[in-house]
Amino acid sequence: MKEPVRSDPAIETHGLVKRFGHRSAVDGIDLAVPRGTVFGFLGPNGSGKTTTIRVLLGLASANSGDISVLGKAMPQALASVLPDVGALVEGPGFYPFLSGTGNLMRLDAADRHAPSSTRRHRVDDALERVGLSHAAGKKVRAYSLGMKQRLGLANALLRPRELLVLDEPTNGLDPQGTREVRSLVRSLAAGGTTVFVSSHLLAEVEQMCTHVGVMSAGRLVAQGPLDELRAAGQAHVLVHTPDVERAAHVLSRLGLVPGDAPGTGSPWGTTAVLGTGLDGLEPEAIVAALVADGVRVRGFTVENASLEERFVSLTGEGFDVVG
Amino acid sequence: MSAETAASRNAGAPRQGKGWALLGSELSVLFRRLRTWAMLTALAAVPILIAVAVKLSSRPTTPGRGPLFLDRITQNGLFVAVTALVVCVPLFLPLTVGVVAGDTIAGEANLGTLRYLLLAPAGRIRLLLVKYAGAVAFCCAATATVTASGALAGVVLFPVGPVTLLSGDTISVGESAWRSLLIAAYITVSLLGLSAIGLLISTFTDVPVGAMAATIVFSVVSQVLDNLPQLEWLHPWLFSHHWLGFADLLRQPVSWTSFGDNAILQAGYIAVCGALAYAKFSNKDVLS
Repeated sequence: MKEPVRSDPAIETHGLVKRFGHRSAVDGIDLAVPRGTVFGFLGPNGSGKTTTIRVLLGLASANSGDISVLGKAMPQALASVLPDVGALVEGPGFYPFLSGTGNLMRLDAADRHAPSSTRRHRVDDALERVGLSHAAGKKVRAYSLGMKQRLGLANALLRPRELLVLDEPTNGLDPQGTREVRSLVRSLAAGGTTVFVSSHLLAEVEQMCTHVGVMSAGRLVAQGPLDELRAAGQAHVLVHTPDVERAAHVLSRLGLVPGDAPGTGSPWGTTAVLGTGLDGLEPEAIVAALVADGVRVRGFTVENASLEERFVSLTGEGFDVVG
Repeated sequence: MSAETAASRNAGAPRQGKGWALLGSELSVLFRRLRTWAMLTALAAVPILIAVAVKLSSRPTTPGRGPLFLDRITQNGLFVAVTALVVCVPLFLPLTVGVVAGDTIAGEANLGTLRYLLLAPAGRIRLLLVKYAGAVAFCCAATATVTASGALAGVVLFPVGPVTLLSGDTISVGESAWRSLLIAAYITVSLLGLSAIGLLISTFTDVPVGAMAATIVFSVVSQVLDNLPQLEWLHPWLFSHHWLGFADLLRQPVSWTSFGDNAILQAGYIAVCGALAYAKFSNKDVLS
């Protein structure tokens, strides 16, 4: 990139609140998206992700709070910031009676900063990048949902952007399309573009993102590098033994919380004990204590929390829709 | 990829559009729509129907019955266009203008393109102005279509000659063509206030059909109120009050009073509805 890496965040909010009537869709969030990252904005349906994006991009106004995008205060600097932002918000929206090319030409013409001399070329390029060149002349009416989604991505890529905001970009895409979006996001990030991706799919975020923010019922309950969030989860030990009760007793004496291990198909026909709350305990010390008490240890595993468990513990409601 | 990005960025930097591209795009989208052509075709059919009906009818038309100027068509084909305009003003023209003006913002919201236009960024005021300009262009096209189709039908089916005006003077064919265009311009101006009302209503909803219907209802209500003598005090303020007042343009010399009155009234509606539409749209949460 020709510009030096800037330290100010690509997106930053303080105490952002958006209410619809009495209901707070976004309830005082402090978001910080570092530049050059792929930031996964994770949360169940209805947790306020799309509303946050609308407010960030000036489509809706905040009730209170400060927003800055690419270092400029929003919505005051909307006109100078938006040309550097490519966005896909709440699914694609196109004129069904125009072709794919026609739609992109129209949206590009709406940007007064977009040079008309290169318009056709940039439109063709964008269609090529999302693999829609073969359907460029077809009316959007005849597009499948996945093709519309691709066209929406092409619209976000019409010009070189500093920031891409993609709201559920893989909606409606087949596995092949999903893979293509992932590799597209990676290549854009490699070129220095900050990518802000919202999703309710944990696996998608885990595969694409370097950073993550977790939304739950209008609040941002966690954010930071993906690895940190993963490490913050509770690790647990899994003990395979025939002496289940004695093992549970030892574990609780050590300060762990014993419980039934799910799916305990132990290879020796024994039951397993699950202990959580492994704070500062050395695994070998646990094994030593078990053996000292005569527990026949036939298997011992330390498992880090999966991001899914962490996600469920943060959002409380797992993947359910918040009413 | 980053080299390519930098190159295209540099290439784009020196040349910035003046912002007219959006207007061009709006007009091209409007006039490439099948719906627009269907409405213009329907409007073009009105003078042809009138001309054919008069031609085929054996009974001479009684002066004073039927639409204004209908009785003159058989003597001079140039009156087909004027008669057709008189027929179209109360309903057909407001209907088509209501469809286009009501669709302006609500139609984009309904398709989901409104958010992408704003993210482009089109700018809310600029978008509103361009949308209104599109509606105005349609008003021009609509009256021009009726006038042109009427002139054509008249020339083909009836004798054409010097025209006797309401003041008793006679003008040449060329002069009468010019008068037809003046009347078309008068009616175009008449529709501008209604277009502004349609634009305003359109900023309040995401359902284009609702905005279209409401706009058309406004034009009907305004004409009904204009016919109630009890509400005479209100009449000068109704946007449809001067809609049929173009007879002055058929006198010698041309009297511009009604043209001016009409233009001022329509400008008032444009100013008020435009300001309200701006106030509404500039603060609107686009959630469609």
